[in-house]
Parts: sequence; C-alpha cells; structure tokens
Amino acid sequence: MTASLVDRRAFLKVTALAGGGLLLGSYLEPLTAGAKSAAAFTPNHFIRIDPKGVVTIIAKNPEVGQGVRTMLPMLVAEELDVDWKTVTIEQADADAAKYGRQFAGGSTATPMNYDELRKLGAAGRQMLIAAAAATLGVPESELGTGGNAVHHHKTHRKLSYGELAAKAATMPAPDLATVRVKDPKDFKIIGQPLSGVDNKKITTGKPLFGIDVKVPGMVHAVFVKCPVFAGKVATANLDVIRTMPGIRKAFVVEGGTALTGLLGGVAIVADTWWDTIRARRKLEVTWNEGPTAEQSSAGFAATAATLGKQTPQRVLHREGDVDAALRSAAKVVEAEYYYPFLHHAALEPQNCTAHFKDGAMEIWAPTQNPEPGRDLVASTLGIDKGAITIHLVRGGGGFGRRLINDFMVEAAWIAKEMAGTPVKLLWTREDDTQHGFYRPAGFHFLKGGVDRNGKISAWQNHFVSFGEGERFAPSAGVAPTEFPSRFIPNFELASSVMPLGVPTGPLRAPGSNALAFVYHSFIDELAHAAGRDPVEVRLELLGDPRMVGEGPGGYDAARMRGVLELVAEKSGWGKTPLPQGTGRGVAFHYSHRGYFAEVVEVTMKTPDTFRVNKVWVAGDIGRQIINPSGAINQVEGSVLDGLSEAFAQEITIDKGRAKESNYHDFPIIRLTQSPPVEVHFLVSDHSPTGIGEPALPPVVPALCNAIFAASGKRIRSLPLSKAGLKWA
Amino acid sequence: MAISLKVNGQVRTVDVAPDTPLLWVLREHLDLVGAKYGCGSALCGACTVHLRGAPVRSCSIPVSAVRDGDITTIEGLSPDGSHPLQLAWDELDVPQCGYCQAGQIMTAAALLERTGKPTDAEIDAAMNGNLCRCATYLRIRKAVHRAADLKAGAAPTSATSTRLGQTERHDR
Repeated sequence: MTASLVDRRAFLKVTALAGGGLLLGSYLEPLTAGAKSAAAFTPNHFIRIDPKGVVTIIAKNPEVGQGVRTMLPMLVAEELDVDWKTVTIEQADADAAKYGRQFAGGSTATPMNYDELRKLGAAGRQMLIAAAAATLGVPESELGTGGNAVHHHKTHRKLSYGELAAKAATMPAPDLATVRVKDPKDFKIIGQPLSGVDNKKITTGKPLFGIDVKVPGMVHAVFVKCPVFAGKVATANLDVIRTMPGIRKAFVVEGGTALTGLLGGVAIVADTWWDTIRARRKLEVTWNEGPTAEQSSAGFAATAATLGKQTPQRVLHREGDVDAALRSAAKVVEAEYYYPFLHHAALEPQNCTAHFKDGAMEIWAPTQNPEPGRDLVASTLGIDKGAITIHLVRGGGGFGRRLINDFMVEAAWIAKEMAGTPVKLLWTREDDTQHGFYRPAGFHFLKGGVDRNGKISAWQNHFVSFGEGERFAPSAGVAPTEFPSRFIPNFELASSVMPLGVPTGPLRAPGSNALAFVYHSFIDELAHAAGRDPVEVRLELLGDPRMVGEGPGGYDAARMRGVLELVAEKSGWGKTPLPQGTGRGVAFHYSHRGYFAEVVEVTMKTPDTFRVNKVWVAGDIGRQIINPSGAINQVEGSVLDGLSEAFAQEITIDKGRAKESNYHDFPIIRLTQSPPVEVHFLVSDHSPTGIGEPALPPVVPALCNAIFAASGKRIRSLPLSKAGLKWA
Repeated sequence: MAISLKVNGQVRTVDVAPDTPLLWVLREHLDLVGAKYGCGSALCGACTVHLRGAPVRSCSIPVSAVRDGDITTIEGLSPDGSHPLQLAWDELDVPQCGYCQAGQIMTAAALLERTGKPTDAEIDAAMNGNLCRCATYLRIRKAVHRAADLKAGAAPTSATSTRLGQTERHDR
C-alpha cells in the first residue's frame, strides 16, 4: 500500500551536515546522529544546503525516460525558492524509510508527490527564513526569499542560503500539515519548460545507465535461460565452456517456478562480456522444457474461438436487459476483435550489477520498482533485507518491463556465487525479446445495437483472456467499470479465461492500450451503422457533463467531453474537406487519472499502403503541467509508441517460446513514419496528474478508425501488417 | 593480440581477440561507454561511431577490420559538449530515456559534415536507421535543423526558449 509523505505523520528532521550546512531530511526517521554533529542544513532527506551555498535536491524515483529526475526536484526547488540553474540533482538510493514509495509506474509520480514535495521544499524555506529572522533580529513577516537568499527589503540586507545553513539547521522543523506553499501564480519553476537534468551527460556519452556501471574488479555475466518459459537445465557442456578464453566460472542455476523470480539456466561469468558471448556460442544445453512447451498463439486463438461461442465463465458487469435491447435494435453489429502479445523492447537490454561481500549485497539496478526487487533477492538468496543496498541507476527505457525484477535476482544470485567479486549481468537483445513480461493478447466477442434514433442502445462483450478461475493473468483483466460500462443503458461485460504459461505484465497504459483499441473501434462501427458522425455519437454516449461513479472507478464525463470537443475544434473535425483516400478517425480514453481524446488523419497511398499525416491530441491532466517540455515529449512519444504497436508489433508464441528475437521481427516506429503530433492541454480545476501513459491508448483506435474512413477497411485484428497493410 | 587504434585523436593499444566487435573494445577496454549496445546486429544504431568520418555500427564491425582507421565516438565529438548538435539536443530537450541519443547525434554529426543545411528529406534519409524506442523523432528532426543553424552562426538560446508553441492554455 502506498502512503503519501504527509500521510505518514511527517515531522521534519533537521540535520547539520559536515562543514556547516542544512539537510532538510524528511519525515520518518530522525537523520543519523553522526550527521547531526556536522553543519550542513538538511531539513529533510530531499534537500541539502552546504555553507558554501551549494543546493542539492534529491531525486527520489527511478528514472527510465519519463522525466521524473527533473520534474520531482522542480517541485522542491520551487518552494525552497532557489534558482533552478544553481541546483545540483542527486539520485536517491532505494530507501523507503527515507523517501517513501519509490517506483516508476502507473503515471503516479505527479499525483503522489505534487503536494508533498512542495511542502518539503516550503518547510526548508521557512526554516531558512526563521534562521534569518533570528540572525537579523527582525520578524519573519518582513522577510522574503529569492536568488538563493533571504532578503530584508526594509533594510536592504540579505543573507544567502549558504550563510544561513548552519543556523537553519538549529531551527524547529515546521509541521508539514500546516506549512504554507506558494500561490501558483507565483511559480517560477513549476510550469516552465525545462530540459532534462541528465541531458549533458547523455549528449556527451558519460556513464549514466545501468549498462555503464563499473565497479572496481568487476567481471561480466550472461544468463542463458530455457527458451520455453520456466524450463530447466537437464544437461550442459560446462566443461567446454570453462576452457574458453576469459571464463571465470560457468554453472547451472536450478531456479524456481515463479515466472517473476529466478528461473533455471546457465550462468557464464568472464573477464569481459564479449568473452561470455563467445563462450555462449559453444554452449550446448538440453532442457526440460516443461508444460508450457505445449502452448502457442495458434492454440490460444483456437481455444478463444471455442470459448467465445460458449456461455461466459463470469459476468463482470450487467445493466438493463441487453438481450431485449439487441432484439429491438434497428441495427445490430457483431464483431470479433483480437490484439497480440507485445514486448516492451526498451533499447537498453536488462542488466544489473551486484556485489556480494561479507554477507551484504550491493546492487546497481535500472529498476522501476526497487523494493519488490529487494524482497525477491532477500527471499531467493536467504539474505536479510537490511543487508541489501540498491542504487537506482537510469534505465534506457522502461515502459513497465523494469517493474519486474527478474534481472536483479539473477545478478544477485550470480554475485553470491562469485562472492567477493562484483558482477555485471547483461542480457543480449535476444534474451530481452524472448524473456519478456508481455502485454497479454486478448479476444473480444462483441454485439452492439443501435436504436431507431441512431443511439447506441446495447453493448455485449464476451472478453476471452488468460488466467485461472476468477483470477486474470497479470495485466490481462478488465475493470467492470471500464468505459462504456455505465454509459449504455443495456450493457453486459463477461469473461472467460484460458491457462497461460507465458509471462505477462504491465506495458505502458496496461489494459488500456488494448481495450481502447477494441472499444473505440467498435463504437465507431456502431456510429457508422447508425450513419452518424463519430464525434457526435461519442458526445451523445458521454451524455451530460457529470461525474459517473466515484473513487478509482469514477469517470468524469465533463472532462472527457472537454477534451473531445477541444480535439474536434483543433483538428477542424467535420469542417476540413478531405480528398478521396484520406480519412480521419477519433477516439478517447481515460486512464491513469488522465482524459485524452485524439484525432488521426490517414491517406491511403495505394489500396494497401497508408501514411499517417497528422495526430491531434487534447489532454486534461489537471490544473498544472509541471514541466511542459517533458510533458509534450511524453505525449508525442506515447502517440508514436501507440502507432508503433498498432503497425507491426506482435510476439508470437510457438511451442512455449517467443518466436521474435530482435528489431528486425519486432519493429519500432522510425523517423520517416512519425507524423506531426499537435498537443493541446485543457487546463481544468483538478489536481495535477501523470503523463507517462494516458496519451497512448486513444491513438490506436483513432488510427484504425482513420484507416476505415480512408479505405473502408475495418481493422479488427492487430497488428496492421498482418492485415496486409504497409506504412508508406 | 595487441591492436592499435586511433580513437578520438589518440592512439590506444588493446589486447583483444581480433573478432571482438569495436563496440566492446570501446566499452570494455577503453572505458568509452557513450556508444551503446542495443541489438548487436546493426539494427538499431545505438552503437554508432565514426570510422574515417562515416557513421558505422560498432556492434557489427570486428576490431581487426578498423585497424588503421580514425575512430570518433560521442566522447570525442567535442572537447566540452559544445558541438552544435549537443547544444541543440539540450536546448530542444530531445532525450527521454536518452539511451539511443549518442548514436542519433553521431549519425547527425556525419550528416552535418556532408550537408550544411539539410532538408527534412535529407535528415530522414540519413537518420532513418537510428531507432528511438521513446520515439523522440519529432524533436530529433528539429534539433538537427537547429544544430545546422547554430553551426551557421545562430545564437544559442536557453533551454527554456519559446519552442513549445503548442502549449497555449485552454481554460474551460
């Protein structure tokens, strides 16, 4: 369970730093006694000001390209009232006691930290003001801040934060529940488009990513797992491997059965990584493949076709009388939709560095979710959690894959075998592609009805997915409240599941990235069946601007109407004459607290070749875009990512293994395929929310609907390349 | 075996098997980790460096094949990160995860050496083989144009310039 910083009865703890400075350390534990004897201002774990005035802000969450190493410190810097250009950013280690929940998932960094980090920054500023008041002998009310200093305007005196650091460290820490934050109209940093804090390192090739970690005395490893998920080693020619140049050790790992844990395989450790690869080419393993070897994509499709015709195993949500509504409908549309398994395909393959020494494990991991990794390492290796240190290293893309820490437990296991010697484990691209936690495939058997007035009156969906009994496989489920649930008077959502031995997990906008495709394509089918405009039908479906439901399932029809109307306006929907062979599609989706509507324009260059001309996006993520540069980058990336998924991506399971292996058969969108993306944010009076995911889902159905408008081809199965479509 | 290479203007000698890909010589023997391993098969471009001024995929070139050629990596593109492409990349805040960007910049640098003011089509032709999983392509194209302008003498601006023309407020 997550707990926000303030919820945890935050008491600021002040610590003096070595040399006379301030660490605004936060809220749970007092900072260490050792630190207290020194003299920097460290009012909480997120701020450190040394006597020379160097301001360091700690970035708490893992960075995998979503921009949090820049965005979260901006919140602290704003309220501490420092000049952004003077701030040094330091990445936190994984330490829940100091930093609260640290993870990169669910577009949660903004909603979980927006208020709390601002309060921590404000508390630091308040203590600096208190220190200045005491020093100057003036009331706090006469003091202001700016340029990393406290000013007494009446007497034109100022004291720099560095000068005040030692004194500030002795001031009582304010109660975070009542500390005052800025009026947003006074923001100087929040709302500014700021470049990423690691850009200089990135553009000059400095060591930065997990793969770049270097520890003195380090050796290198590969880990060869069974191509069939969770298969085990029967025999391996380790004697041959051990004679290869540079090899330090080669051994079999028995492994367990949990797909998210340590699986069976052969570890090869050598002086350099290339030595391990050279040796691996001589590796011969016979595998006990296990039961998953019987599973295949073709088999899943056949089972799904059978299940789809049967009575669903479970009804998840029902309203009205869907059978009666279908009987009385003026038009009924029936359709089967399919989407494939997808891989995350982050450009940096999984890797992790670990050093086991004197019973303690030190780990450098590009993980999105360190604490479950710590638990996994502790339980698998039998090490105390307190003996595990995890350094958070920038990840070369995450997209949800690095929420699972299989690479971390592998590195730790190998490091324990190599006790005393640090080990860097690096997967090959092929390892990465074939040992993913895939976006699950899914099958939807839909019936919809339109009444005499052209209104959508009935919706019935039998969702055939993966799982066991009442449990869906990871990321393979659907919420009973998922739109258009509650927006159509006669509605039924039911499900059936089949067993799956293939690992699945969250891919950027999990669930949504698939469901939006199905639902908004089918809404489009019903709109066309009714002979009506797709935007008009969607506005009617949303109905009055109101809140539907509450809590996590709550859906704000007003906000969705807002972005739909905005994107229609900005794209000139229905007002722009389009040439023959050009068409537009629209879709919207709510996920991760964000409301997004998108329009895609497509031109058919030939009957089976298309080009995406442009994408318009309107999004509502609340009243404040913290870093517009990062936010727009995320939206553009999400939109192109969605197009990329729709176009030609599919992981095919054959005999229990993934067939695809590298970027030639799991292609990523390219520069020449990338259309302009026009981004508009609707600023609404709601709390700021995240932007890493919610812009992705609508683009997939908007693209498919545009292809229909341009060509008359209705896309019910992804990827588009399988339907014979090519990207011009 | 001992192999001498000229990397970023310096002659370096490494003791490696001749079939070792240049990428792994750079990363594991010369501590130049700017070029990245992405695919190992010349499919993604993250490992791009210059060999005799031309962009090449260092993951797929055995070190024995580059012996007398000058190699430039991202670390040697400029002494202080002030190459117009490096400035433009920061100014337009191109990176998301950043993993591909060294390869993108090296490909673009070779383009700018050949073509002072590349058109969109020339940029597309030169850069289409470099994958960006975060899909920062729209900024990559803009940043190449911007770097060409900087190279031609335009003044650099701060990272918080007015590039974000699309962010007007829509209050409702």
